[in-house]
Amino acid sequence: MRRILILLGVLLAAHVALSLAHPGGAVAKPGADGVNVGIVFDLGGRGDKSFNDGAYDGAERAERELGAHVRFVEPGEGSDREAGLRLLAAEGMNLVIGVGFIFTDDLTQLAGEYPNVAFAGVDYAVAVDPAGNAIQPPKNLAALKFREEQGSFLVGALAALVGNSRKVGFIGGMDSPLIHKFEAGYAAGVKAVCPDCQVIAQYAGVTPEAFRNPGRGKELALSQYQQGVNVIYHASGSTGLGVFEAARTMNKLAIGVDADQYNEAPGYVLTSMVKRVDNAVFDVIARVKEHRFTGGIYEFGLAEDGVGYVYDEHNKAMIPDSVRARIEQLKAEIIAGRIKVPSAR
Amino acid sequence: MRRTAFAESVLPPIVALGIILVAGDLLILAYGEAPGAVWRTLAEGTWGNAYGIGQVLYKATTLTCTGLAVAIGLRAGLFNIGAESQLAAGGFGAALVGMALPASTPWIFAVAGCVAAAAIAGAGAGAVPGVLRAKFGAHEVIVTIMMNFIVLALLNYIVAARLHVPETLHTPTIQAGALPRLSSAFAAFHGSAANWSLLIVLAIVAGAWWYLFRTRAGFELRAVGLQPGAAEYGGVDLPRTLVRALTVSGALAGLGGINFVLGYKGYYEDGFAGGAGFLGIAVALVGRNHPVGVLVAALFFATLSQGGLAINAMVPKQMVEVLQGVVILAVAASVPEVRRTVRQAAGRRIGKTDPTPPGNAGAATTPGSVG
Repeated sequence: MRRILILLGVLLAAHVALSLAHPGGAVAKPGADGVNVGIVFDLGGRGDKSFNDGAYDGAERAERELGAHVRFVEPGEGSDREAGLRLLAAEGMNLVIGVGFIFTDDLTQLAGEYPNVAFAGVDYAVAVDPAGNAIQPPKNLAALKFREEQGSFLVGALAALVGNSRKVGFIGGMDSPLIHKFEAGYAAGVKAVCPDCQVIAQYAGVTPEAFRNPGRGKELALSQYQQGVNVIYHASGSTGLGVFEAARTMNKLAIGVDADQYNEAPGYVLTSMVKRVDNAVFDVIARVKEHRFTGGIYEFGLAEDGVGYVYDEHNKAMIPDSVRARIEQLKAEIIAGRIKVPSAR
Repeated sequence: MRRTAFAESVLPPIVALGIILVAGDLLILAYGEAPGAVWRTLAEGTWGNAYGIGQVLYKATTLTCTGLAVAIGLRAGLFNIGAESQLAAGGFGAALVGMALPASTPWIFAVAGCVAAAAIAGAGAGAVPGVLRAKFGAHEVIVTIMMNFIVLALLNYIVAARLHVPETLHTPTIQAGALPRLSSAFAAFHGSAANWSLLIVLAIVAGAWWYLFRTRAGFELRAVGLQPGAAEYGGVDLPRTLVRALTVSGALAGLGGINFVLGYKGYYEDGFAGGAGFLGIAVALVGRNHPVGVLVAALFFATLSQGGLAINAMVPKQMVEVLQGVVILAVAASVPEVRRTVRQAAGRRIGKTDPTPPGNAGAATTPGSVG
């Protein structure tokens, strides 16, 4: 008995002593100057090399260039999403950002409760009234939407120009309107440069599991390559890792999505359709800092540098200069509004 | 004897608490933050205001159910790792009934119907491994793990393919059976997810205690857990008891689903369980498989979870996850150690008047029967 009490005493003493320690590097409380930003990540959290990391990069840049103070919250389970947003809003942040469409309901509700805090939702799902018109979000809530179809259009044109085949491939994750947007833009891009090309589009499944099924991705990709496809564009989360694997096996090309996926299969990734979540997050922080934030729907397309394709020292050799010029010309025409890219099939 | 039993069940968690405080201090220091400030933020964000308390109560409500589910299984000598999917199934069952009932259903019937549906759905998911164990000897650990995949994938499919509201991962809102939030009676809880399902869960805790220690079925269940062969020899129907234990266990986990579905969001959302089923294993372990212990342990883990959010700006979320692991290790390690020393002390006391050898002093207090 005494031994347990002694153990407890020792633990308590150690705790009291350690609690008094105050290392020099401890983070100071955010000051009143500058803009205070809170970001709640999606459940995937930091380190997903895509969406959440994009938001993190944008916030970090805002810290460096705009002097913003940024706080991050990584929720653990469903109710933590609202709790995280509320925590940050209650602390008097100037701007609270939720990363991912899953925050839509929570953001809408909190924007009503905290009218003096600016909110932003990455991929916020804008509701539609029965007549088909978008319902505007609350006036202190910015819906950050991406024109994925525009970026997909450019990589579609690139696939057709580089592919050297009448057939080009597309592999989607979950068969859903969001991914149809990628397919529609891609197919339009292919047709723009090669009217008699055929787009073979397949989906890995009908559940969110379809975004996490590399085995299925590889299977679909192998069958497409065997049908004579030379380039496949995937919009399928980690299912796409199987697509890259198939490209490596068959010595063909694949196109990445969301982030630059060159490193997944160096030499076999033609380019990636990048979604610049970092730019969108940085932009909204800058608006708050400069007091020109207003709610509403913000669309990030080619013109805003919200979507794009990768062209750097890694894949330069795979893209001839004439092709590059053609893609840039298409890009300019989309920005100028001379080409309308469809967002549904 | 009662004192010894009490010391044996209460001391290990206290020792574990001391260990996690020191382990937490070291982790926080290693990360370059001041432990005092971090602990203070954690306390303020949880028990420091009504909103924090509400959040802790909300999280503890679900954890109590999954903890009880695992505890009942362990009392029967069965390790139910399927609480995660049983919880999801329960939530889904409650949502289905809530959507199917007309909005005009009298409140009390609607709630009763939804709660019953949650229990039945969870019980169904628990009965399968129970039957497989009793009839074919299939190990419940394997079967419950596999059931997690099957049930979660099935629910995922149903919601994604048939039932979801466009652009979301959740079902439509229930029309009947919703439970009001605590904030509807106490304005201070405004914004927190805590709701009146916590009263239902308190009643479930009392019911679980009654079932375990005051009914014949509960006695048989504990007897099977302590020594199946002896219990069978004494006339207990072994297969029936095993099936019943896992079915009750599943029902308890399923009941946890009402907290989110009826009390918080009003719909079933894919993935709402968020690991609460697995955390139930830790809750049962720290709660020493006793309903009251489970309740206290659930409050503790809920505090850690909500506190983790509050200190998330200072230290990474993973720190709280490490601390959860440390608690489990500390409790597991300190239980036998505490038992030994407590019994030695008791043996010495008794030895002054009665020459019972120290080793036998605690024999009447068999492990797990602390009540």
